[in-house]
Amino acid sequence: MPPSAILTEGLAKSYGPVRALRGVNLDVPEATVLGLLGPNGAGKTTAVRILATLLVPDAGRALVSGRDVVREPDAVRSQIGLTGQYAAVDENLTGRENLELVGRLLHMGRGAARTRADELLAGFELTDAGRRPVRTYSGGMRRRLDLAASLVGRPKVLFLDEPTTGLDPRSRVGLWDVIAGLVAGGTTILLTTQYLEEADRLADRIAVIDDGQVIAEGTSGELKDRMGEDVVEMRLVESGRASEALALLAPLAAAEPRLDAETGRLMIPVHHAGGTLTDVVRRLDGANLEVAELSLHRPSLDDVFLALTGRRAEMEQEADGDARGRFGRRQQRKAA
Amino acid sequence: MTATTRVIPRAVVAAPSRSLRWIATDAFTIAWRNLLQVVRNPQLAVIDTITPIMFVLLFAFVFGGAIQVPGGNYVAYLMPGIFVQTVVFGATGTAIGLAEDLQKGLVDRFRSLPMAPSAVLIGRTFSDALRNLYTVLVMTVVGYLIGFRFDGGLPGALLALGLVVGFGYAISWISANIGLITKSAQAAQGAIFIPIFPLTFASSAFVPVASMPGWLRPIAEANPVTVVVNATRGLVSGAPDTATLVAALAWIAGLVVIFAPIALVSYRRRA
Ligand SMILES: Nc1ncnc2c1ncn2[C@@H]1O[C@H](COP(=O)(O)OP(=O)(O)O)[C@@H](O)[C@H]1O
Ligand SMILES: [Mg+2]
Repeated sequence: MPPSAILTEGLAKSYGPVRALRGVNLDVPEATVLGLLGPNGAGKTTAVRILATLLVPDAGRALVSGRDVVREPDAVRSQIGLTGQYAAVDENLTGRENLELVGRLLHMGRGAARTRADELLAGFELTDAGRRPVRTYSGGMRRRLDLAASLVGRPKVLFLDEPTTGLDPRSRVGLWDVIAGLVAGGTTILLTTQYLEEADRLADRIAVIDDGQVIAEGTSGELKDRMGEDVVEMRLVESGRASEALALLAPLAAAEPRLDAETGRLMIPVHHAGGTLTDVVRRLDGANLEVAELSLHRPSLDDVFLALTGRRAEMEQEADGDARGRFGRRQQRKAA
Repeated sequence: MTATTRVIPRAVVAAPSRSLRWIATDAFTIAWRNLLQVVRNPQLAVIDTITPIMFVLLFAFVFGGAIQVPGGNYVAYLMPGIFVQTVVFGATGTAIGLAEDLQKGLVDRFRSLPMAPSAVLIGRTFSDALRNLYTVLVMTVVGYLIGFRFDGGLPGALLALGLVVGFGYAISWISANIGLITKSAQAAQGAIFIPIFPLTFASSAFVPVASMPGWLRPIAEANPVTVVVNATRGLVSGAPDTATLVAALAWIAGLVVIFAPIALVSYRRRA
């Protein structure tokens, strides 16, 4: 078993009466990716801030590269890179100056800082933009520069707090490629996200966090065994017969089928959508249950939450209005 | 985004150190970045230049005829007052700049790096002192165009400018504390002007204390702005009063000794 790059035991943190973390245990082996998956307010940023030495926990301990984040913060700081939830770059400086600033603060020397800045600008396709002030950058370019800034010191452990939230799909896929490249190079990554798809794609292991606690942990395959790979979603013509339909379909489901009280829709997590779909229709037909709408979607964070906790993930309250993208395709389809 | 972004982790980062040398190096880096911000932002650079010119001309020509001062030369009386008022206003930039860095998450980045934490504040107050020095030099040039002279010769002039910029530096440390407490640049700006206005105007900066109502006089006499303005007037006129000069230096040293440690501790504690 490879040594742990990140290890936490009973990590707890409260802000006044708000218990943001209540006993979080994590163990991330070197050169792997842990996806910390959870809705808004789950405690993801708090956990990252403690691990990045920005916040002192109330209880428990955390080791990064074997160093205690509270007792040896400087030793930890020379091993880590942090990309926060919001891009931490200087608007008035150029992209290159931002990277040079970080290099100089890492005591790299003027020449080395400049070389490293140019290297990273090239790697992130920002060479031309590197001469312009950051205030002229698009959101995606800012995120890339922010990620580049966290890589200046070639960190062994990288913390990415919702690195793709608010990005368009193309930029998101671009960042995913970069992250995959870093892992291949041996970097350990802890990445927080509200997208199941992102955790599935990037993470070796996923820890689902809710209300300051890890409620499920495992590989993406292990989680899918509990949740199914697809969700059959349907609306009956006679909505009053929903519980009858649920009972009828339960034997086909990978996890507890359920009724969304708000929309009157039935959700049936399944393992093999192709074969199961025919069975679903056949059973309903046999009971004279008429289907008004039927569709398939990949499980979203919302589905994971319903499966694990029996309640919906809380919607992100943000002015930029991209919340619907965050919870998988179901919301997107409804809005379209 | 290609394979070139693949990095092989390797230790290129110098071992962290708390030595004075690292503090100085990091503070210079932060100060360099703060000044670069001004240079890169033409709006800021223009404001830094136009404001002092405007102040000198407005005060000299608007109040010049109306306010009777000892010796009768209002420009000579005004310049030390306007120097001090301007550096005190300039020091509010420390609160605003710090609050902005906190708000934008830049301080989080700094705090996640193995740099000297104190450098963020030392660099900030230092670069703000340099901005104040620039402003005071611009004002001196404008002052010379409308008849202002340093009658105390070059040593007197250098001492006067040093005293003024030093006082701005001391106020910057108070300002830093306000920037660390407030959550946004706007809040910082609002909070800092509340003490700054009475401090600068209930002083001998623009009018003789003797012209104020009786109840205000003791307050204005004790005001550090009055002390520093009077000491500067002495240096400018070539007849410095030692007691006033010592009192002014004591104020500067005292403010730094009290407010710098408070700010440094509050910076380390801030979540
Ligand atoms: N500085 C703070 N002061 C008070 N409450 C906070 C603060 N930061 C976070 N919280 C609260 O702590 C909980 C966890 O927040 P956070 O770690 O930011 O979650 P996430 O990153 O998963 O959205 C939330 O209820 C949030 O409102
Ligand atoms: Mg967060």
